[in-house]
Amino acid sequence: MAQVDFQGKTFDVDEDGFILDYNQFCEEWIQYVKEQEGIDELTDEHKLVVKVLQEYYEKNGIAPMVRVLSKLTKFKLKHIYELFPSGPGKGACKMAGLPKPTGCV
Amino acid sequence: MKHETPLLDQLESGPWPSFVSDMKAQAEVRANNAENIEFQIPQDAVEDLLGVLELSYEDGTTHWKHGGIVGVFGYGGGVIGRYCDQPDSFPGVAHFHTMRVNQPAGKFYTSEYLRDLCDLWDLRGSGVTNMHGSTGDIILLGTTTPQLEEIFYELTHKFDQDLGGSGSNLRTPADCIGQARCEYACYDTQALCHELTVEYQDELHRPAFPYKFKFKFDGCPNCCVASIARSDLSFVGTWKDDIKVDQEAVASYVGGEFPPNAGAHAGRDWGAFDIQKEVVALCPSQCMKYEDGKLEINNRECVRCMHCINVMPRALRIGDERGLSMLAGAKAPILDGAQMGSLLVPFIKVEEPYDEIKEVIENVWDWWMEEGKNRERLGELIKRQGFQKLLEATNIEPMAQHVQEPRSNPYIFWKEDEVEGGWDRDINEFRKHHQR
Repeated sequence: MAQVDFQGKTFDVDEDGFILDYNQFCEEWIQYVKEQEGIDELTDEHKLVVKVLQEYYEKNGIAPMVRVLSKLTKFKLKHIYELFPSGPGKGACKMAGLPKPTGCV
Repeated sequence: MKHETPLLDQLESGPWPSFVSDMKAQAEVRANNAENIEFQIPQDAVEDLLGVLELSYEDGTTHWKHGGIVGVFGYGGGVIGRYCDQPDSFPGVAHFHTMRVNQPAGKFYTSEYLRDLCDLWDLRGSGVTNMHGSTGDIILLGTTTPQLEEIFYELTHKFDQDLGGSGSNLRTPADCIGQARCEYACYDTQALCHELTVEYQDELHRPAFPYKFKFKFDGCPNCCVASIARSDLSFVGTWKDDIKVDQEAVASYVGGEFPPNAGAHAGRDWGAFDIQKEVVALCPSQCMKYEDGKLEINNRECVRCMHCINVMPRALRIGDERGLSMLAGAKAPILDGAQMGSLLVPFIKVEEPYDEIKEVIENVWDWWMEEGKNRERLGELIKRQGFQKLLEATNIEPMAQHVQEPRSNPYIFWKEDEVEGGWDRDINEFRKHHQR
């Protein structure tokens, strides 16, 4: 387990830079991930994706499937990659503080 | 060597090429570094790899942590992240990510290409590879996160070479060598494999599916790339007209000039070739006859199993009206049991730009992407919703060839519009004729 200090906050993260405890999520975490994930400017669209992911996770205990995320945000997958170059899993879920995607990746 | 490896050392004996000896050789090359390479990952990575493997041999358990999410910007897959769970003892493999590199169809290479790839991998990776992964990719085995973008840059800019697929997407398609070196190939497997790989790059690099999806292309029913067992959509070459028979060559087989099966059983004395016993009697549909020195085939009853052609390749050849069959739904056991492909399209022409084939593929995807549950393979969706739904989604009429046998249970669904009067009935109408 590693720790990241950023703008006065401390986060426990794994090797891939995913937050270990969803409760540690805060605005500073978004700023930290933004730099990690090749995002130049944080827009309302980024924030919408993060909000949708978090609401879905809090309600269902899992991250939504890609096409559910597309439906909920009304963003095509292509646009999600424009927002998050690493994609919805490594990029958006990390920024939203969700647990690391698992399975055959 | 940095670590003692008494258990692994035992695998250096015996006649088969030893992966331990090869890895030791690679470890030594890195240690000596005769070419003065500025190694971008630990110089002793391979020694630590042997060390951690030895530890696993000792305690009988893996020492890689769970999962790992790494990659390159723009793609959602292609790299399999991996971290050692004993990084202090084996720092050389603390990061040990695998990169999948999309192989050329049929896996034909020039030494120049492979040398350049090795130069890149020696510099930025462990120098250890898997040629190839089961799905087909060139596997570069072991590097660190900071090197991923560097490798990707060089692959794309210098080699014109892309990554393969991983995750819930279209995985790297693969094919048999096809018409490159096989007279059984009923279509150009390499051309179709390449074309569909290029056509569906987006689906390959950015996971958008409920789960993984694989294509494989076999030139004939011998299935040298095992598409029927290892791909969600399997493309198996076949023909529609008659098997071509060269009676003179048949006589040469009977006379013993040509060895049966191109000499595949030459290692043991099976006696003289007996065409009746080894071909005619083994034909699954019993549609062959050998009389008065002449071989006849009732092609209407032939199921194109390849047996007679395999036994007498110089006398029997595939027909001229060629195409392929598409089979859907193969998968490994998890979750609800292993499946092989089920026949969906008995025969389809293979002609550039392959629009007919692409239409079937895209219809299947449209259905599965909408209806598939999270991590549900196509084969499982077919089981859950029914083969009928797959036929409807692909606009294919049901035909006898779609089943091995008709259903034996009578739980038959009808559509409401197929039944006179529909489903809306009034119990009071019924009671007028049937007292309670």
